[in-house]
Amino acid sequence: MIKFNINDTEVEVEPGCTVLEAARQYGFDIPTLCHHEAVAPSGACRLCMVELREGDWSKLVASCIYPVAEGINIYTETERIQNVRKWLFEMLLAKCPASTEIKEMASKYGVDSTRFPAENPDEECMLCGLCTRVCEEIVGLSAISLVDRGVYKKVGSPFAQPTDVCVACGCCVSICPTGAMRSRIDAVRRTPAVTLTPLAL
Amino acid sequence: MINGNTALNIDNIRLNSHEDLDALRQKIIDSHDPDQPEVLVCHGTGCIANGSKEVMAAFEKICADSDIDVKVMPGIKATGCQGLCSKGPLLRINPQGLFYQQVKPGDVEEIVQKTIIGNEPVERLLYKDPKTGEAIHTEEEIPFYNLQERIILKNIGKIDPTDIHDKISVGGYQALAKALNTMTPEEVVTEITNSGLRGRGGAGFPTGRKWQGALKAVEKKGGPVYVVVNGDEGDPGAFMDCAIMEGDPHAVLEGLILGAYALGANKGYLYIRAEYPLAVKHLEMAMEQARAHGLLGDNILNSGFSFDAQINRGAGAFVCGESTALFTSIEGKAGTPRPKYVRSVEEGLWGNPTVLNNVETWANVPLIIEKGADWYSKIGVPKSTGTKVFCLVGKVNNVGLVEVPMGSPITKIVDEIGGGIPSGKPFKAVQTGGPSGGCIPNRLKDTPMDFDSLTQAGAMMGSGAMIVMDEHDCVVDVGRYFLRFLEEESCGKCIPCRLGLTKMREILDNFSSGKGSEKDIEDLTSLAKAIQDGALCALGTSAPNPCLTTIKFFKEEYLAHVNDQKCPAGVCKDLITYSIDPDACTGCRSCARQCPQDCISGKKKEVHVIDEQKCIRCGICMDTCKFNAVLVS
Ligand SMILES: Cc1cc2nc3c(=O)[nH]c(=O)nc-3n(C[C@H](O)[C@H](O)[C@H](O)COP(=O)(O)O)c2cc1C
Ligand code: SF4
Ligand code: SF4
Ligand code: SF4
Ligand code: SF4
Ligand code: SF4
Ligand code: FES
Ligand code: FES
Repeated sequence: MIKFNINDTEVEVEPGCTVLEAARQYGFDIPTLCHHEAVAPSGACRLCMVELREGDWSKLVASCIYPVAEGINIYTETERIQNVRKWLFEMLLAKCPASTEIKEMASKYGVDSTRFPAENPDEECMLCGLCTRVCEEIVGLSAISLVDRGVYKKVGSPFAQPTDVCVACGCCVSICPTGAMRSRIDAVRRTPAVTLTPLAL
Repeated sequence: MINGNTALNIDNIRLNSHEDLDALRQKIIDSHDPDQPEVLVCHGTGCIANGSKEVMAAFEKICADSDIDVKVMPGIKATGCQGLCSKGPLLRINPQGLFYQQVKPGDVEEIVQKTIIGNEPVERLLYKDPKTGEAIHTEEEIPFYNLQERIILKNIGKIDPTDIHDKISVGGYQALAKALNTMTPEEVVTEITNSGLRGRGGAGFPTGRKWQGALKAVEKKGGPVYVVVNGDEGDPGAFMDCAIMEGDPHAVLEGLILGAYALGANKGYLYIRAEYPLAVKHLEMAMEQARAHGLLGDNILNSGFSFDAQINRGAGAFVCGESTALFTSIEGKAGTPRPKYVRSVEEGLWGNPTVLNNVETWANVPLIIEKGADWYSKIGVPKSTGTKVFCLVGKVNNVGLVEVPMGSPITKIVDEIGGGIPSGKPFKAVQTGGPSGGCIPNRLKDTPMDFDSLTQAGAMMGSGAMIVMDEHDCVVDVGRYFLRFLEEESCGKCIPCRLGLTKMREILDNFSSGKGSEKDIEDLTSLAKAIQDGALCALGTSAPNPCLTTIKFFKEEYLAHVNDQKCPAGVCKDLITYSIDPDACTGCRSCARQCPQDCISGKKKEVHVIDEQKCIRCGICMDTCKFNAVLVS
């Protein structure tokens, strides 16, 4: 077992655990958007940042991927963390104004407005990549992926063409934390989305 | 070598010992008549752009057509960057060691007649002392060169990079032969550790410690270990790695083979930026020639040690220079950084221990092995040993490749070696470390250029680009420039970088159109901190540096944009107006003829005026006016 501290409280977990898993096990609250037990962590959303302190030295790490280690000191509510969260939420509110999930989560952490103008009022997707990871790792199909890079990145099928690779299992829709995949799946499937809900014959 | 002494037929012979290497070296030296003229034509990027290929062709043609005595028939070599790129195309003529600048194909006939045959310099092609105007004959007398300490660049510009014999004649592969014969792998690692060498790719990680880390990982989990060259150089303004790969490819290769020997690696990769075809070609030739000589491949120099390497061409993205992205790219996947809480010396290529070092780092290795850690660690300053190659660019008189001991003050590089800025005034700032670095103001010009001093100043060594700025460079605009570059280069995986850089740039856009507030400066700083803390890889965490340093050192210039709606440097278009000084205007009409808006009026020989309403602030009139009559405010 590995012993270490979260917010000055000693915790004990199995080796190989991540800091996020340990924190949740002990009831410490850490927000996450791109993390899901079903798929491998990717460290993309950066909402789960926690502060690792060693004497005067400290740095922020993503708790969903950071492995626990003996004797480390982790803090989940420092000024630096709050600053990162505040800006992430402000940017997400402007980027995905249509997502009620993001609005609710931001509000929970005290961010109710943003200094940035909304870009596209209908946008919900924040490119966490959960949909593409579930399709690749669980469904085993990779019908969708994150295409393009940087500011042009988006979720889609290859060459933005409808694809027969997709079997309409719906996993991507159900894992999507913002509801964005609901409207996107139509563009992925060659046959219309109705087939997505298996008919009870 | 094109002409001259090629009688020596010693190609493709396998060397089986240090003695074989020495014998070959002696043979090459003996076959070369020291009095035979030799023309070295710079074929670095800058000189090729200025027409050095045409100069070379002219030499070949004129020498072939004329009836020069074989005794003075020059050997003509294309070399790597000779250093003083702003004066290119450059030429060196041996045996006199003459240094010719800005040579055109039309000059070649005269050079052949006067210098090659007549043994006399062509005065007008010589370098002129900027103060006295006096002609200087050789490189050694030119301050740009004699104030440098060139150990990495020593052979670049002097040897033919496509000919391994040229390299062997100046001591190439001596370090490798020495190590294979007289040193254990552990001794090589120890030597590198003791030298104090730190990685030249930007972060300055101690190379010896990295190698030891890899050895420990191998001990722990076994399996293969890889050595990799990072040649993805993508910083705007940086071309030193390119110059090293193009101009002295064997130095990188020899370093890599030594590293492989030290670490027990049998396979290596050279990851080279897609935009560097000449570097790829020269390294390919170098590897092929090294293999033929038994210096690469199976049983190197009959020592029992085998190692080979292959070239991977970069995917053309700046982020692929980041270690984890580089590995995924070599593995054939999209080059996206992955979180690395496990160090890549432990889990690099295909999850195996991997040592990745920068081109210049590898090029230092043979020097250290040949001359010893003691010798090396005396160069530079205690915590940053050795030299560093910088690319001096921007508003500076001598643009080019500069190598100085670590810890040399900025002013030595910019003012003494670089010859200051063209206007003769003090420079305004220097951007070190490219898009991840910082902007250092003139008042800190004594800052030593070493890893720790630069980090302390909020900047970074980065790869070694030094962009010099004068009073016509606006710091807000500089911040925007680097952010725009990184916005384009961000892989988009994590939110702080993908969204945050755009948001920072948009706030700066507002400043440059006079729409900002002091609160925006605060927000910008706080958002920048969130990106530094939150981004996944170093592209994102270092991206705010240029902007943050300009706020730190040039706050008043930001306030001028925000409070007074003024751009003191006269760059931000929305905040400036052009006018004509009636006392200086001669009425020559040049500006009026050039103005794309047709908004300058006035009769010939009378004072002209600009119609502010129609003016689009393109600045053409200002560049055109020979009488400095166009003013900007
Ligand atoms: C966005 C980004 C780009 C980089 N580009 C390069 C590069 O082009 N060349 C390089 O040597 N290192 C580059 N680095 C640094 C490498 O990740 C790595 O630290 C370096 O190659 C290690 O070699 P060194 O220890 O010899 O410096 C880059 C880092 C980042 C974050
Ligand atoms: S569609 Fe949903 S799951 Fe997929 S990247 Fe967007 S927000 Fe994440
Ligand atoms: S519905 Fe299609 S795209 Fe979505 S997870 Fe299933 S197969 Fe993949
Ligand atoms: S910091 Fe930028 S480049 Fe690095 S992983 Fe995040 S988005 Fe990609
Ligand atoms: S700045 Fe351009 S548009 Fe304005 S007056 Fe000069 S040349 Fe004409
Ligand atoms: S170019 Fe200069 S001197 Fe000539 S008309 Fe224009 S402002 Fe006057
Ligand atoms: S949950 Fe850890 S980075 Fe998104
Ligand atoms: S390219 Fe010729 S001197 Fe640099």
